[in-house]
Amino acid sequence: MAEHSYTSRRELDQYGFHPAVTLLVPVVCILLQVVLPKTFPRLAVLDLPLIAVIFFSVARRSQIAGTVTGTLIGLFQDGLTNHPFGVNGIAKGIIGYIAASIGFAVDVENLVNRIALNFCFSLLQSGLLYLIARWLLGDPTVRLLPVHELIRAASNTVVAIPMFYMLDRFRTRE
Amino acid sequence: MDSFFVRFKNPLVLIAIVLAQTIGLAIQVQPSRTSNGPTGPDGKKTSLLRYWTVAVVTPFERVIHGSSLNVRHLWSSYIDLRHAREQSQAAQLEIARLRLEQASFAEDAAQGRRLQALLAFKQQYITSTVAAQVIGTSGADHSGLLYLDKGLDEGLKPGQAVITPDGVVGKLRDVFPHTAQLLLLNDPTSGAGVLLESTRIRGILRGTATGSVQINNLTPDSRIKPGEKVFTSGGDLVYPRGLPVGVIESIAPDPLHQPYTAIVVHPAANLLRLEEVLIITGTSSTMPAAAQQDAAIAGAAAEENKRAADLIAEKLPSLKKEDTDNAKPGDTPKPPDQIGGVPGVPNSGLPRPQPTLHPDRYSPGTTPSAEDLKPGAPATPPQP
Repeated sequence: MAEHSYTSRRELDQYGFHPAVTLLVPVVCILLQVVLPKTFPRLAVLDLPLIAVIFFSVARRSQIAGTVTGTLIGLFQDGLTNHPFGVNGIAKGIIGYIAASIGFAVDVENLVNRIALNFCFSLLQSGLLYLIARWLLGDPTVRLLPVHELIRAASNTVVAIPMFYMLDRFRTRE
Repeated sequence: MDSFFVRFKNPLVLIAIVLAQTIGLAIQVQPSRTSNGPTGPDGKKTSLLRYWTVAVVTPFERVIHGSSLNVRHLWSSYIDLRHAREQSQAAQLEIARLRLEQASFAEDAAQGRRLQALLAFKQQYITSTVAAQVIGTSGADHSGLLYLDKGLDEGLKPGQAVITPDGVVGKLRDVFPHTAQLLLLNDPTSGAGVLLESTRIRGILRGTATGSVQINNLTPDSRIKPGEKVFTSGGDLVYPRGLPVGVIESIAPDPLHQPYTAIVVHPAANLLRLEEVLIITGTSSTMPAAAQQDAAIAGAAAEENKRAADLIAEKLPSLKKEDTDNAKPGDTPKPPDQIGGVPGVPNSGLPRPQPTLHPDRYSPGTTPSAEDLKPGAPATPPQP
């Protein structure tokens, strides 16, 4: 008689990371994000910290952990811009929550799913940043540039796929 | 009640975090609008948070910048020396050309300064600058912010203008002990008072969300054309007057602010590839000593050039006529084909008639005077 497992999908696929990895990966992403556009201005279109938020959220599958990770990384990014604290914090916090929620429902190891996740979350972040700037900050000069945002989403996806495979090596099953 | 919190723990945490940040946003935005405006530096508490963030990142930025600088220096100084001789010769020729150009402008500049002194015109001269290197960016493409390797310890303050030899690039925002934030002209929160070169129209330059630089407070004017140069007006009390800002690229109606036009300006300095900048730390109404010395040298060179030109003109063959050469001092030379007129006033006399080719009784000079004529006598025919 075959043995049936009663463990949930969440329990099976929940991954953890060494604290050093949890700390260093976002810091390295933020560092590259601020240094690379100085030499290659076109790379400013990328958002490496967003990729880190998506990766950690879908791997951990914990909505609270995803929200906190996204918020902290976003607030750190805000500290380096001239925006008020909270613009990226809110956007990335929401994305961390949704990414962790989606992690339960879809197979995040699948390449197609990973492409779709990164592309859609990049677009979602652009929309959230637009709403925050327009409604919360009341800035009427902010505009949503659809073509630019599509290029940004595609660029982020292209960078995210190899980055995900690289970061997969650091995860440990909990 | 407990079951509600346990059941909706995750969304409640999200709502709480988002709400806290929204309140934080409201607190930060409100004072900045009432005091310094959105371009002003942060409040004390926010500045402290930003300072911590910057303090974490900038040491790494400095290390990365320093090592890349060393590699580049090694490459450019010891390896990539092709065409160095040609470049040196070209630079020498350029220096010679610029010296001549400087001498020709010296007289105009001196005249301009005399007129400014007569009109009690307040001119601002740059007396001191601090050179700084760009070590990093903000990492967001909708934020025109750069990080410099100099700060409070080098005498920098928020609001100081930042330039390059090509033109204005922006001003300092928050200044930390060893680092400063440079707010570029193309940031949406940036602004500068500008003056159009030929039309002398004043406007306000602003950055946009797309990263371009625009003047959008002017109504349509047919005199404003693409290609016109834009300079700082000095009216904003940040940028000294007369610094190059850029060139007008295009003019189109602004759909968001009718009836104003959106005048897109191409910045004189390349804002995307800034390596080294100069921060203006001091201005004065009098010309600095070094500049005065340069002006004196240029003036002397201009005078020498003028004297050389006069000497050459004296040696050249004269085009003057003998009549004019023999004229006494005080005599006004009179053109040969002119009669009467006011002495000293050119072209005031009547033109002298040309000599007659086939004279008849109507030709001037053939008719005898009235004293020689007798009543009833026939008129004498003209003598051939």
